[in-house]
Amino acid sequence: MIRAALVTRAIDPAALIASIASTGYGAISLFAGTVRDTSDGRGVSAIDYSAYTSMAEAELRQIVAEAADRFGVTSLVVEHRIGVLSLGETSVAIAAAHAHRAPAFDCTRYVIEEIKKRVPIWKMEHYIDGTREWVDPTNASGVTAE
Amino acid sequence: MSTVTVQLFASYAESFGAPTLQLPLKTGSTVADLLGHLRLLPGASILPDSPRVAVNRKFVSADQLVDAGDEIALIPPVAGG
Repeated sequence: MIRAALVTRAIDPAALIASIASTGYGAISLFAGTVRDTSDGRGVSAIDYSAYTSMAEAELRQIVAEAADRFGVTSLVVEHRIGVLSLGETSVAIAAAHAHRAPAFDCTRYVIEEIKKRVPIWKMEHYIDGTREWVDPTNASGVTAE
Repeated sequence: MSTVTVQLFASYAESFGAPTLQLPLKTGSTVADLLGHLRLLPGASILPDSPRVAVNRKFVSADQLVDAGDEIALIPPVAGG
C-alpha cells in the first residue's frame, strides 16, 4: 500500500505501522516528527501548521511515488497533520516496510527530506512569552529548524 | 486586459493582508510579469528576490506563461515536517 495524506486529527504512528505490516517484510522503518519545546533558543508553547491543501497532497503523493520507485518499496504511508499542535504531538509520520532494512531506512529519510524542501506546508510557532512567528527555514537563523 | 487570481498563504497572506489578489493579465503574460505587479503592492517587501510560484499546483519558473484560467499561488518558504 502506498498512501499519503494531510490529516487534522492526531497521528497514530502505531496505526501506520499496522497498516503496512506483513510477514513478508523483515523491516519497518518509522519516522515521526514531533513538536519540540524550544526553537532557536526560544520557548515554544505550540505550533500551528497550515497548508495549500490541494498542492500539498499532490506533492506528498508525488514524493511517495518517487520514493517507492527509487527504493523498491511497495508499502509506504505518510501522514502530515495540519492545525494547532501541542508540545510533543506528532506533526508528521512516515512508515516504510521492506524485506530488508536499508531500503526502509532510506525511504523514510528521503520522504521527510523532500517534504521539507517542497511540500507547501507552513508553521507558525507560538512562544511561551506570548509572541508568534512564521518559521522560515531559508533564514540564517532558521538552521535550527532542521 | 483580463485579470487572474493569485493565492497567498501563511506569511505572504499576512503581509499583503489578503488570501487572494486580483492581478492584471495580458496575453503572453508570464509569472515574472505577475510578480512585477505584486511588487508594487503594500506588503510586497516580504517577497524574496525569486519567490516560489506554483501554477496549477506545480512549481514553475518565472518565464512560465500564465492563462486566466490557471490556479496561481505564491509559495512562502515551506516548513513542513
